Amino acid sequence: MSLRESLARSLHGRLDDVQGDAGYESGEHPPRMGFFTDTSVCIGCKACEVACKEWNAVPDDGYVLTGMSYDNTQALGASTWRHVAFVEKPLHPTTTDLGLPGMGPPGWDTHESGLPQAAPGGDDQATASGGASDDAGVRWLMSSDVCKHCTHAACLDVCPTGSLFRTEFGTVVVQPDICNGCGYCVPACPYGVIDLRKEDGRAFKCTLCYDRLKDGETPACAKACPTESIQFGEVSELRQRADLRLAELHEKGVDVARLYGRDPEDGVGGDGAFFLLLDEPEVYGLPPDPVVTTRDIGSIWKHVGAAAGVLVAMGVASFVGGRR
Amino acid sequence: MAEAHPVGFQWVMEAKRRGAKIIHVDPRFTRTSAVADLHVPIRAGSDIAFLGALVNYVLSNDLDFREYVTEYTNAASIIGEEFRDTEDLDGLFSGFDPEKGVYDGESWQYEGAPQSPAAGQRDPAQATGPQLGDRGSDEHGHGAARAEAAGSGGPSVSNTAERDRTLQHPRCVFQILKRHFARYTPEMVQQACGISPEQFLEVAEALTSNSGRERTSAICYAVGWTHHSVGSQIIRTASILQLLLGNIGRPGGGIMALRGHASIQGSTDIPTLFNILPGYLPMPHASEHLDLDSYVAGDAGSQGFWGNMRAYAVSLLKSYWGDAATAENDFCFDYLPRLTGDHSTYHTVKGQIEGRCKGYFLVGENPAVGSSNGKMQRLGLASLDWLVVRDLQMIESATFWKDGPEIETGELVTEDIGTEIFFMPAATHIEKAGSFTQTQRMLQWRDKAVDPPGDARSDLDFYYDLGNRIRKRLAGSSDEMDRPLLDMTWDYPLTEDGEPDGHAVLREINGTGPDGRALSGYTELKDDGSTACGCWIYCGVYADEVNQARRRKPHWEQDYVASEWGWVWPANRRILYNRASAAPDGTPWSERKKYVWWDADQQKWVGSDVPDFIVDRPPDFEPEDGARGPDAISGVDPFIMQTDGKGWLFAPAGVADGPMPAHYEPPESPVHNPLYGQQNNPARQHVEQAANPINPSYSEVFPYVFTSYRLTEHHTAGGMSRTLPYLSELQPGFFCEVSPRLARERGLEHMGWATIVTGRSAIEARVLVTDRMRSLRLGDRFVEQVGLPYHWGGNGLTTGDSPNDLVNLTLDPNVYIQDKVGTCDIRPGRRPRGERLTSYVEDYRRRADDAASADAVDAADAPTSGRADR
Ligand code: SF4
Ligand code: SF4
Repeated sequence: MSLRESLARSLHGRLDDVQGDAGYESGEHPPRMGFFTDTSVCIGCKACEVACKEWNAVPDDGYVLTGMSYDNTQALGASTWRHVAFVEKPLHPTTTDLGLPGMGPPGWDTHESGLPQAAPGGDDQATASGGASDDAGVRWLMSSDVCKHCTHAACLDVCPTGSLFRTEFGTVVVQPDICNGCGYCVPACPYGVIDLRKEDGRAFKCTLCYDRLKDGETPACAKACPTESIQFGEVSELRQRADLRLAELHEKGVDVARLYGRDPEDGVGGDGAFFLLLDEPEVYGLPPDPVVTTRDIGSIWKHVGAAAGVLVAMGVASFVGGRR
Repeated sequence: MAEAHPVGFQWVMEAKRRGAKIIHVDPRFTRTSAVADLHVPIRAGSDIAFLGALVNYVLSNDLDFREYVTEYTNAASIIGEEFRDTEDLDGLFSGFDPEKGVYDGESWQYEGAPQSPAAGQRDPAQATGPQLGDRGSDEHGHGAARAEAAGSGGPSVSNTAERDRTLQHPRCVFQILKRHFARYTPEMVQQACGISPEQFLEVAEALTSNSGRERTSAICYAVGWTHHSVGSQIIRTASILQLLLGNIGRPGGGIMALRGHASIQGSTDIPTLFNILPGYLPMPHASEHLDLDSYVAGDAGSQGFWGNMRAYAVSLLKSYWGDAATAENDFCFDYLPRLTGDHSTYHTVKGQIEGRCKGYFLVGENPAVGSSNGKMQRLGLASLDWLVVRDLQMIESATFWKDGPEIETGELVTEDIGTEIFFMPAATHIEKAGSFTQTQRMLQWRDKAVDPPGDARSDLDFYYDLGNRIRKRLAGSSDEMDRPLLDMTWDYPLTEDGEPDGHAVLREINGTGPDGRALSGYTELKDDGSTACGCWIYCGVYADEVNQARRRKPHWEQDYVASEWGWVWPANRRILYNRASAAPDGTPWSERKKYVWWDADQQKWVGSDVPDFIVDRPPDFEPEDGARGPDAISGVDPFIMQTDGKGWLFAPAGVADGPMPAHYEPPESPVHNPLYGQQNNPARQHVEQAANPINPSYSEVFPYVFTSYRLTEHHTAGGMSRTLPYLSELQPGFFCEVSPRLARERGLEHMGWATIVTGRSAIEARVLVTDRMRSLRLGDRFVEQVGLPYHWGGNGLTTGDSPNDLVNLTLDPNVYIQDKVGTCDIRPGRRPRGERLTSYVEDYRRRADDAASADAVDAADAPTSGRADR
């Protein structure tokens, strides 16, 4: 589907039949499938990362010890389609600093020495235990990120070759045999998910295991997840499940719990893969309020001959930060 | 647990989802801590102080499950008058021989117990054999692995001991326990462990309020608890706690040992250990077990199921030697190898260095990286005549001769190493069929998924072929020495792939009766040679000629006990000692925790699980005087493998380093033992070897504690993960973890290099400064711990120095496991190279020793006694 054709489709707002909108016969296509990733039960085992690579024959992504907690694959990219973020956060944010260089969220910059600094006015007690219960303590958040399979997917909208397409399951898939490596999709994605593989030149990202879905199988990552942090299913049902889980956590007093990407009214019309987070999205390296970058493409198209250039300028992928 | 056992941890997460409270006690903040309700940072090696305080909390607040404790444990048993506690002897129990460094447990016995060899003939290593050269070996040998040898039961004791069921007698176990643990207070926990009293109380309250009739709590531990010079006693303390709270033999209770990797449980059941035979039968000893009668004598008369040991032993011999084993020739008992002393792994390594061990098989093990004191391991391998390495990858233990750390330093020279190494590629677990036995004693069968690549072969195939070749060579030999091999039953059918059929091996382990049919349970075993069984506790795994371990009925098609998934030894029993899930009168303790109970109408024990009791023995049954074996079990004795039928709060026999646990400092420690004058486990075994020096404790030269551990991303010594791109990229380099405070103290930079040095060696690592490592405050001082994931070595896609090169060899006297905790220094920058590394470490040693001897001169009042300064 070309950019011009895509204009026929809705570009933002609520959309209940995403497959129908993409041209699949209403009532003929299977239900929209997706993920609910409940990070509150993620144990950071990275089985999802490995299972994804095994199943999809994704190459390794280099061997770099980053010092970003236990996260050495750093971000989603052409060769990392599931990415487990590790976020170390002091329990009392004012008393200690993390010293984790290179990762996005504001205020996380490492000090010049590269060494975490003592808190202003803080002393050894800040990180010591055995004394009073005023010691700092730490939270370690883990979250398995993945392509969001947006309701309104800008990558797909801008793809000039039709390599990116909407499947009958409502997921967004890039076909490597069609992709010409133009890279328009890369800045179009509000989450910084899709990327070009350097050695290869083409764009890659999570397919939501389209081949497995066709065979009625669960995607590899969800299948491998030992704690059911990654739940696969019909998006409508997953949304209900997520609401229940959120209510349950709130009832237990876990006020920080929130859903991310679940709302069909949000800037991308809701995600096919959405999350339960235990902190602000920024903490996990997720944009707080993503908007489909092609929201205004209709009017832009009228004014500008080459949409691609504009779209590049609109890219927000830089939020997640450079990848080596 | 999440870190090292993520798959098993899914059930902890499931429990949490259902409202369970998860408490994680660990020196470092791990992936488990991240999802736990409470993380309790603890100083490595101070576990007994912590657990002992929980025991004290239960006892001094009367929070024990009194009826359970009185009836099911040995709380009421009275101990002989000669017994002296650590309270009386400043950290020693009675019976310690400071010269030999061993205990004589004679004074720990029940009052009125016959002064017979309490630990029984089942004690395998009354070692009088070759002198391994250090005091550890032969003198300690008499306690050698008694606990292991006693297997799923305890060692023999008399069941006629006096009991005071009011628990008031000053010498009853309950009162002794109370006095013993009285000094384990929350304040002491703060001193010893660096845990605040508030946090300690939070744990104590959570645990006690979640135990009793209505509720149970489980303790899960990974091998980090066992890798201490007091490892067995740490587990003992947990057992005492769980017994006091009534958390054993009941659903949701127990102590789960998370094993080091797949089927470690299986490799003790069908052992790869030197001192036991399948089913925890002891390996006979050369000078004591001259015939079958003397071998089984220690148990033949005892109460409980060990009383049938002769049937188990004869059936095993029949399984090994078939028709050749007859009553006339003692069922070929003489064919069994004999112990002559301590042949445990670290003593064998020492034997290699000293030229007594000449040939060695390494099977799926990479000691050059994965075993403590890597230098000793490599020096040992380099001293061999031959070495067979069977592994999936070209591991460091097969290449140390050309690129090991000692080649770099010049301590070894390739041309001078005489070891001939045979590398045999091995099939992985998915490339062969077989069973795994996990921590619940569950056997799960896997079918083969793919053929192994190239020349790689399964162990079964390899050893079957090796056996055939050796037997062929020996065919026609008239040398008596060759008879055991020639008479052995060695005839397995082959599968379509031409490999021996694993099912047939499992069937042989299960055992067959006189009609040649598979037996259905160990109670069918006979001592007359009419049955054959390769491992009595596994008898029943092939019942009805069906591989029961291969059953895969999903949990949603059966009740929560899921008895039709796999098979659990013994007798497919999911919870051991489950008689304890009912009250003494046979009724469930509560509706909520109902599990196995006495059905008066049917006159038998019924429930969700296979009852772990004589099924028709009523709760009010009293054995006749002089009854033996299973007949001697009363209707209220759930612990049927113990000779007195009771859970042991106090071990009157069978433990080499004391009848009750006591906190001792690791052999290297920055602090004085806050509990006793006795600094270290007095019965610990230090492996005396030039390459195994010990850092002096409380040394300014080695001021920090180090502890090693695993990361989820890697597998043990790395052979199965550092060679794989998808795993290597996830943790692509060796690093150490330090607290921000330590980083400041030593000027360590996040992601910079650091050198970590002990008396054994120095290694380098990148630095991760993280709040997850806590500075622990012990009273008025801080203790800093350096965390070292131990997966790296010189080969593979990601390489690095090996933390095990830092670890000293001081062993637990019961099971000969090393102490993973030691002291070190850490400095910014990379380590010296080549010969300079050796002199760097030497210099550290010299400075530490000089300072220590200066201190010793100063302090004639050294708070240590006996061998503690050794
Ligand atoms: S759905 Fe498939 S392609 Fe997408 S992250 Fe999971 S395993 Fe990878
Ligand atoms: S999402 Fe699941 S598989 Fe991935 S790291 Fe978390 S727990 Fe492991």
